[in-house]
Amino acid sequence: MSDLSLPAPSRRSLSLHDTKVRGVFYQLLLAGCLLALALGIGMQTASNMRVRGIPLSLDFWGEAAGFDINQTLIPYDALSTYGQAFWVGVVNTLYVSFLAILLATLLGFVIGVARLSPNWIVSKVATAYVELVRNVPLLLQLLFWYNAVLKPLPSPKASIAIPGGIYLNNRGLIIPEIHLHPGAGLVGLAFVAAISCCVAFWFRARSVQRRTGKQLPVLLVSLATLIGFPLVVFLAAGEPVSFVAPQLRGFNFQGGHQLYPEFAALLIGLSVYTGSYIAEIVRSGIQAVPKGQSEAAYALGLAPGKTLRLVVVPQALRIIIPPLTSQYLNLIKNSSLAVFIGYPDLVQIFAGTVLNQTGAAVQVMAITLSVYLVISLATSLAMNACNRHFAIVER
Amino acid sequence: MRSTFKGLLGLAIACTASSAWSATLDNVKKNGVLTCGTNSATAGFSLPDNEGKWTGFVVDYCRAVAAAVLGNAQKVKFIPLTPKDRFTALQSGEIDILAHNATWTSSRDTSLGILFAGTYFYDGQGFMVRKADNIASAKGLEGASICVTQGTTTELNLADYFRSQSIKYTTVGFADEEAVVKAYEEGRCDVLSADTSTLNASRLRMAKPDDSIVLPELISKEPLGPAVRQGDDQWFNVAKWTLYVMVASEEYGVTSKNVDAMKSSDNPSIRRLLGLEGSIGKDIGLGDDWPVEVIKQVGNYGEVFDRNVGKDSPLKMERGMNALWNKGGVQYAPPIR
Amino acid sequence: MSDQSMHSPVVSSALIPAMAPPADVWPGPVTWMKKNLFSTPSSGALTICFILLAVWLLQHFLSFAIFNAVWSGGRDSCRANGEGACWPFIAEKFDYLRYGAYPVSERWRVDLAEALAAILIVWFLWTKAPRRKVAALLFFLVYPVAAFVLVRGVAFLNLPVIDTTLWGGLLITLLMSIVGIVFSLPIGVILALGRRSELPFVKAVCVTFIEVVRGVPFITVLFMANFMMPLFVPDYLTPDRLLRPLIAIALFSSAYMAEVVRAGLQAIPKSQYEAANALGISYFSMMRLIVLPQALTIVIPSIVSTFIGLFKDTTLVAIVGIADFLRAVETARVDPSWAGPTISSTGYLFAGLVYWGFCFGMSRYSQSMERQLARGHKS
Repeated sequence: MSDLSLPAPSRRSLSLHDTKVRGVFYQLLLAGCLLALALGIGMQTASNMRVRGIPLSLDFWGEAAGFDINQTLIPYDALSTYGQAFWVGVVNTLYVSFLAILLATLLGFVIGVARLSPNWIVSKVATAYVELVRNVPLLLQLLFWYNAVLKPLPSPKASIAIPGGIYLNNRGLIIPEIHLHPGAGLVGLAFVAAISCCVAFWFRARSVQRRTGKQLPVLLVSLATLIGFPLVVFLAAGEPVSFVAPQLRGFNFQGGHQLYPEFAALLIGLSVYTGSYIAEIVRSGIQAVPKGQSEAAYALGLAPGKTLRLVVVPQALRIIIPPLTSQYLNLIKNSSLAVFIGYPDLVQIFAGTVLNQTGAAVQVMAITLSVYLVISLATSLAMNACNRHFAIVER
Repeated sequence: MRSTFKGLLGLAIACTASSAWSATLDNVKKNGVLTCGTNSATAGFSLPDNEGKWTGFVVDYCRAVAAAVLGNAQKVKFIPLTPKDRFTALQSGEIDILAHNATWTSSRDTSLGILFAGTYFYDGQGFMVRKADNIASAKGLEGASICVTQGTTTELNLADYFRSQSIKYTTVGFADEEAVVKAYEEGRCDVLSADTSTLNASRLRMAKPDDSIVLPELISKEPLGPAVRQGDDQWFNVAKWTLYVMVASEEYGVTSKNVDAMKSSDNPSIRRLLGLEGSIGKDIGLGDDWPVEVIKQVGNYGEVFDRNVGKDSPLKMERGMNALWNKGGVQYAPPIR
Repeated sequence: MSDQSMHSPVVSSALIPAMAPPADVWPGPVTWMKKNLFSTPSSGALTICFILLAVWLLQHFLSFAIFNAVWSGGRDSCRANGEGACWPFIAEKFDYLRYGAYPVSERWRVDLAEALAAILIVWFLWTKAPRRKVAALLFFLVYPVAAFVLVRGVAFLNLPVIDTTLWGGLLITLLMSIVGIVFSLPIGVILALGRRSELPFVKAVCVTFIEVVRGVPFITVLFMANFMMPLFVPDYLTPDRLLRPLIAIALFSSAYMAEVVRAGLQAIPKSQYEAANALGISYFSMMRLIVLPQALTIVIPSIVSTFIGLFKDTTLVAIVGIADFLRAVETARVDPSWAGPTISSTGYLFAGLVYWGFCFGMSRYSQSMERQLARGHKS
């Protein structure tokens, strides 16, 4: 298949040899040019850097960074090294991308299915969403969410209080902090046990269904176990987990976990934007499944929801996954727009502040680009594996 | 296709063959225009109007350099840069000179491949807070969110200061100075921290400037100065002595208005300054009358200060530390001889 | 069942009278609603929820954008109104958003250049127009030069040179998009052909370029192009600061375009190549006359979506301090003399409408092309 586009050895020319020689010649020419270009650029850069006293090494990696970052998932303070700042950036990029991918996929599937709904208004609203969101630049949407929606929220003193000790203000969403007391481990254990019970039950239910065709109430039992068992242990252990509501002290709420508006705007913006693309992919994927499939399912007496879940979507997935992968890759790359709204991702921290302070522009940019390439590659590989998994189902 | 390849090859060879370094002064003279990196929008320092005409203190410094080198203060191309990008643009050669509100520090001089050529503005980092918060001192900023510009010494000083005071705080950083001010104004932060000159300039960008006050503490020394690339001593001298000529001419009372009359002065210092005696031009690679052009077209240090940030400007800043050494400040030009 | 029918002849001699159309064809509003809105209880519930949602959204939007908006007056009436958009703000800033700092007396040149582009594009895209090839040639070859001469100016034609640092607003956005569109397609075709080449090194180079470009964020490339380029190449080879993002955007979208074109190439049956080879047609003639015309036609919708993506990506040049349309809106938004409760929202609404109008127009065109092509395949 791969050599479709190429002319078969031309019979018109003197010999088969000729084309090959020509091919080799062209390639050598190209290789020579590229090599010369690379050499030229490399030498120019090296000599420029030497003459201008620009650092050539990665020595800065272990030096103290000296600046603070407001949102870190791994330990970091101003005394940490540039290397640690780099990892904070990487983790922040991965974190927001991962959550946005989850949300965008969920949103995309719901909207995509809604576009095909027999209900006129549902499908029209879904269409309007897709047409609206897809045709407006992501950067504009991010700025809108950040500057026009989240920043105008009330100040901490006038916070919107949500029942359960949750507060919403222009510093973000503040939720109660979880405090663990002795015995909290038991509740955790109970939770793990409940999960394993559910998994075991699910396997059992599957084999029962295979053998007898009888369906066990998996969802109900799972929910009951997941909530009930840890709850019982929680009460028995004397309520070892408590939620400490944030208190308004001084400038802002103290205690509690804070979800920053910069993060929220990026998450919402990326999910809403990519969700609209995923919706289109899902819609065309589902439409590509022959109508006979769902008709056959209806004829067998399957409910519309089950038809969609068990018959249509698994087949549509095969068409959906490749374009879905490129949307995921786009989302990860687009997370670099964090720079515009102040979320400390890799580009903002590493290709921003670290580059500025160390002056090691070439090294820092090379590392940044490599990180994105590696993330893209890893995502592609994971999605290809996923694709193979669904392709194998076809027997 | 083959011609493309040939072109590429030629380009590559040209790359390797060309000398890696060409003198900035010769380049500027050859191009007939000075490329100057400035703040994108800081009132009083560097601000374009709607017609794209730049005005401000650091802008005038660039114009002075252009007057010295090209004899025409208008032959400047201004490249607005965020603090985060400014040193990269300078070290790569994107700009000829960086006239930004950039603080001169030892690490910037030694590790970024750039050199600061002097100090045109002595400043210190301060805090701006809302009056309504009733804060009297930086010590009362426990738990505050602080808006800062990325890639500035402000970021670093904050970390130092609050660590030494054991005060907890949160930074909110943006690359763009306008975004930082806007975020403070819209209530995203409790505090705006920057050099006091920038804080004062930021007021002009606010809808309700009187709702904010600047706290008394200055937590750092911020000597702001122009910077050039390392390895080009001649250009370094041009940048440095243009500034000193402006300071010296204020000291000797030479202004844009009286510079021609001053040529008949018999004070040897003034005569040397104006290139009538000695060789201020030749040694540095410029025309003999370059200081005259600088003073005539742009003015002396005092004129530039007053016009842009001082008593004749909306900012109304005091000369303070930026007064001449003999008037209680620290602006001091080495002798021109 | 009567006896009569059993004895009647098999073939009827009379025409059967026309029946009334089945109830489904024009169901009438009630039936239609029953079928499309309230077919089941849950569907009915959804309908009500969504109608409420749609009404709520529309009401908010309309009251903000129209009914509660400030239509005339100045800054103070905007400041007093916290409910609706402030259109006088847009009116005052309109010229800035349109041209940036381009000198007022010379703005007719921008208008003229844009009008020319519009005429050529309509001519080229309107399928019934005569001599569309001429339009294509003019647009892709003559127009870029003409536009450059007009907008930048050349001294000997008595058009003063306007430095690119003065350009801004919608002018930059349109310029970037048009240049990107003009160059990304041919480069993309070359890359796609290279990627499917039999020559392993050529193929490797193209694959590397395409995959690397598609794997890194555009803003990092822009940053390198505009702040680091003189580090890599000598001064005399570094283009103008506005030109570099243009090149970057063209190269960037060409990698995406290459993948689109590749999909089209793969869809061409092998027999087409074989037939061309059998006729002794050379590689380039075969591509130009047989393969590419078919391949590109198939992927027109994807090409247009790449163009839409390119158009939206022009907003990212703000990262290197170039005042494109969105950046101009941002600058206008933070103007303290206009500070008011709804200025930001108004700015974003206006920007959104402009971008949406362009993108939606492009996507509508591609949909209509798609339908036309689909018809072509059927007949």
